[in-house]
Amino acid sequence: MKFERYGIGIAKGLRVTIKHLFHHPVTVQYPEQRLNPSRRTRGNELIWDRTKCTGCATCAKTCPQGVIKIITSVSTEENKYVVEKFEVDTGYCIFCGLCVEACPYEALFMGYAYERAKYRRGELVQANEMLGASPERRPSGYMHPEIAAQLPRQTLLLERITEEE
Amino acid sequence: MTILNFNLNSIQYWQTLPPDWPGEFWWHWLVFTVIIIGFVLLLVMGFIYIERRGMGRMQARLGPNRTGPFGLLQPVADAIKILLKEDIVPTKADKLVHWLAPVIAFAPVLMVFAVVPFQNGAVLADLNIGILYVVAISSVTTVGIFMAGWGSSNKYSLLGAMRSVAAVVSYEIPLVLTIASVVLIVGSLSLNQIVLAQDIPFILLQPLGFLLYFIAGCAEINRSPFDLFEADSEIVAGFHTEYSGMKFALFYLAEYAEALAISAIITTLFLAGWRGPLLPPWLWFTLKVIIVFFVMVWTRTTLPRVRIDQLMALAWKFLLPLALINLLITGIEVLTLPAALPWVMILANFAIMVLLVLLWSKFFRLGGGRVEV
Repeated sequence: MKFERYGIGIAKGLRVTIKHLFHHPVTVQYPEQRLNPSRRTRGNELIWDRTKCTGCATCAKTCPQGVIKIITSVSTEENKYVVEKFEVDTGYCIFCGLCVEACPYEALFMGYAYERAKYRRGELVQANEMLGASPERRPSGYMHPEIAAQLPRQTLLLERITEEE
Repeated sequence: MTILNFNLNSIQYWQTLPPDWPGEFWWHWLVFTVIIIGFVLLLVMGFIYIERRGMGRMQARLGPNRTGPFGLLQPVADAIKILLKEDIVPTKADKLVHWLAPVIAFAPVLMVFAVVPFQNGAVLADLNIGILYVVAISSVTTVGIFMAGWGSSNKYSLLGAMRSVAAVVSYEIPLVLTIASVVLIVGSLSLNQIVLAQDIPFILLQPLGFLLYFIAGCAEINRSPFDLFEADSEIVAGFHTEYSGMKFALFYLAEYAEALAISAIITTLFLAGWRGPLLPPWLWFTLKVIIVFFVMVWTRTTLPRVRIDQLMALAWKFLLPLALINLLITGIEVLTLPAALPWVMILANFAIMVLLVLLWSKFFRLGGGRVEV
């Protein structure tokens, strides 16, 4: 005899809710508690390594949005391209990560940070030294397993870990 | 009448006034009015806290936890916020009705507590028609709600108010019938005497009655899953769509005070009121009220809102027949069973409850096809 139509559903539902009452809540109280994002996250800003970049502009070609602008000049004494300007309009970036995947010299990284909001639209256009890595702008492990290995493990809500900065 | 060994001789239910009480009636009136208002306001704040935190935890959230320790001051913060808001009256509103509605909705709820005993004899007025008075006075709230809906001159308000009236009228019937079966066992309408008669809590003697009363009570006071008078996904906020500021606060207060009133009456009728070992009676009473309210919050979190046709079908096809049968069976038991055998009645009533609920669930159908309401 099946009891599906005899109020057993209500009893089951009541059991679920009362169980939840004694579970740990999954809420993260954001400004005080933060979760570690995925180690391979495609975070908010591109990070560019000037020393590794050769100015080949592969990244600019792969970018579906045409966001990356790169201006190079030829240095005759060193016999190579010198990057004069590397500019990214983050406002148009769709964080697809194609530029990072395309870069043959591993000079581009996705960002690991996620709190990089700006007050002015102009601040979204970043160029040259602004794109370098810094403690606030750590590179993410996207396409770079060696970086991913050094980043902290991602916290899952299920594991009840809430990392405090 | 008394089928259980109720031992009525030892009951001193005319203890409403201590013999040396100064000023007699008016002091009694003043003290108990203050106690009741304090009790209602305090417990309403507690209820809001329990509801928001408890519901939050049941949904794996935290609930409000920013104001004061553990978010305890959240109701206070809410109240201050609401009181500081502008009081907006729609241009086309019926001003007088719009203004009067929250008062009429709230005052009767407070009046219910006049007959609820906090401990033996500790009542504002130990009316010998106590429970009848409760039923009568708690229906007046509906008038306030309908006035709010009508006076707002807003289609959503009016829809919510009409739903409210329809539902309350329907659910009043099983509600009163279950009360009648309790009264049948006790042989008195006085709430104090009903409590004194409960050597065994009536939830055991009247399990079906308790179930029906709980469902009908929840429906009567717009608790979810029957909160479709203020179903925010359908009709904005129902009858209090056009209310803000202090008037809205009164409706909000009335909503929780009603929940408190129903919890208090369930406690009195089925859970032996203030009676209990060790702890002082008023504490027992408060504890039981809070437990009943917690069950309301629990069902609210669990169940989705019903449709209006489901609401009506539940009242007329499920609750009403069961309440009638329950009344009949109780009557037969009171007449035939010997007073010394409450356990026979308890077992029989539990068996009958399970049987009836299963049977009625089997035959319960909603109207086929299109339903016009």
